[in-house]
Amino acid sequence: MKFLPVTLSLLEGFGISCIIFFFTLVFSLPLGLIISFGSMSRFAPLRWLTRTFVWVIRGTPLMLQLMVVYYGPGLIFGVAAFPKLTAVLIAFIINYAAYFSEIYRSGIEGVPRGQYEAGQVLGMTKSQIFFRVTLMQVIKRIVPPMANEIITLVKDTSLARVIAVMEIIMVAGTFTAKGLIWPLFYAGVFYLAFCGILTLLFNYVERKLSYFRV
Amino acid sequence: MPVLEVKGLKKRFGPTAVLKGIDFSLEQGEALAIIGSSGSGKTTLLRCLNFLELADDGIISVNGEVIYRGGAGSKFSDAEIRKKRLHFGLVFQNFNLFPQYTALKNVTLAGEMLAKERPDFRTRRKEILAEIEEGARALLDQVGLSDKLDFYPHQLSGGQQQRVAIARALALKPDILCFDEPTSALDPELTGEVLKVIRSLAEKNTTMVIVTHEMQFARDVSDKVLFMDDGFVVESGTPEQIFDNPREKRTRQFLERYNGN
Ligand SMILES: Nc1ncnc2c1ncn2[C@@H]1O[C@H](COP(=O)(O)OP(=O)(O)OP(=O)(O)O)[C@@H](O)[C@H]1O
Ligand SMILES: [Mg+2]
Repeated sequence: MKFLPVTLSLLEGFGISCIIFFFTLVFSLPLGLIISFGSMSRFAPLRWLTRTFVWVIRGTPLMLQLMVVYYGPGLIFGVAAFPKLTAVLIAFIINYAAYFSEIYRSGIEGVPRGQYEAGQVLGMTKSQIFFRVTLMQVIKRIVPPMANEIITLVKDTSLARVIAVMEIIMVAGTFTAKGLIWPLFYAGVFYLAFCGILTLLFNYVERKLSYFRV
Repeated sequence: MPVLEVKGLKKRFGPTAVLKGIDFSLEQGEALAIIGSSGSGKTTLLRCLNFLELADDGIISVNGEVIYRGGAGSKFSDAEIRKKRLHFGLVFQNFNLFPQYTALKNVTLAGEMLAKERPDFRTRRKEILAEIEEGARALLDQVGLSDKLDFYPHQLSGGQQQRVAIARALALKPDILCFDEPTSALDPELTGEVLKVIRSLAEKNTTMVIVTHEMQFARDVSDKVLFMDDGFVVESGTPEQIFDNPREKRTRQFLERYNGN
């Protein structure tokens, strides 16, 4: 087996990994914010429901959730399964939204009451306090844990292989089955490069926010 | 006519009554010191004046106009509360500066927000913002921080932060400026610079309500002293009356404990 065809196959698999990564982020970031509002709601049943949901999602393996989303509709309701990639995205989006919601919540709850009160006594409206006072502080607080979670997501995309989605590790595995070990290491290089770029990006953002302290 | 008149102010949190009927009044240019032991309700009183808490009962009047009437059926919208609280300024015990803004921006921010509601803001935007900034520079100069305009709160000492907070509160030109133990979060060697600023405000006849544990300062700076205990005003009068000839036993006990240590 030659280097070029392996590269091309791995690139194809890596494309799938990237699709999972980007779509998960695009949907779970806003969804997580909505869930975090639910978990901070003053309406107790909603708060209780949301927190239970988050507890279940965070307390069970993503691999299990993935299998439930893929096999569940057929085995429980007797309806057609989602296409594989769709099933992967549904499971990932829900799972990551739950994690992100906790990051948002701790970021929002971490802003001292005094910050809101200082804004209030200065005659600011609720939205002015949110946009001009607390938002930057929340962002500053959530960037480091978000960075961790997003880098974990890069590596979690490999779980998609449990329902036979051809992401990069699965592709590399097909070569290994034919007796080649190096494509596995080669696949690792893709992850390293991707995570390296993300790390640089997050370091940049953190540096940009280092002009103040919370 | 008093600038501020408070009558029968009551506040409870669940089962605990914290303010049990507070009465006092304050004339233009007077400084009122509020003293009292921990838990007597001093902070709660200031928070009610600034509408961070809504009193359950009682009346708050400013310049003869009733701005708040507690009790049955008085619900105010956020917008109304927002307008009313501009009569008051509040300096917090732990400063609560906005960490992401410089000293100067901390002082100008609220003014800029309020200016947007002015009818002439669109047409005179630049001038108005320049005026606000000029005012903020003057205030920071007044509290001795003209060389720290571009410093962020974490780059300032506690005493400097509190002075920025005082400038920030003054920027909105409140009728009555309230202080909640402005020096008790500070290292002892930093309290002097803050007290000096408050003293100079008193000399300029700024109307103030100052909750403090600094008895000597209270005596020096105030025109009137109010001793609170267990949600009541036990005794009020001139600093000489309260500190030298307290009539009530509880006042005497409180002051003795202070002089003791
Ligand atoms: N939000 C609240 N909920 C319940 N109880 C409260 C609340 N705020 C204050 N209290 C109670 O009200 C009482 C008076 O509190 P307050 O902070 O007004 O006292 P203080 O005179 O300012 O005391 P200190 O000198 O310690 O600052 C205390 O017993 C306190 O526990
Ligand atoms: Mg207090």
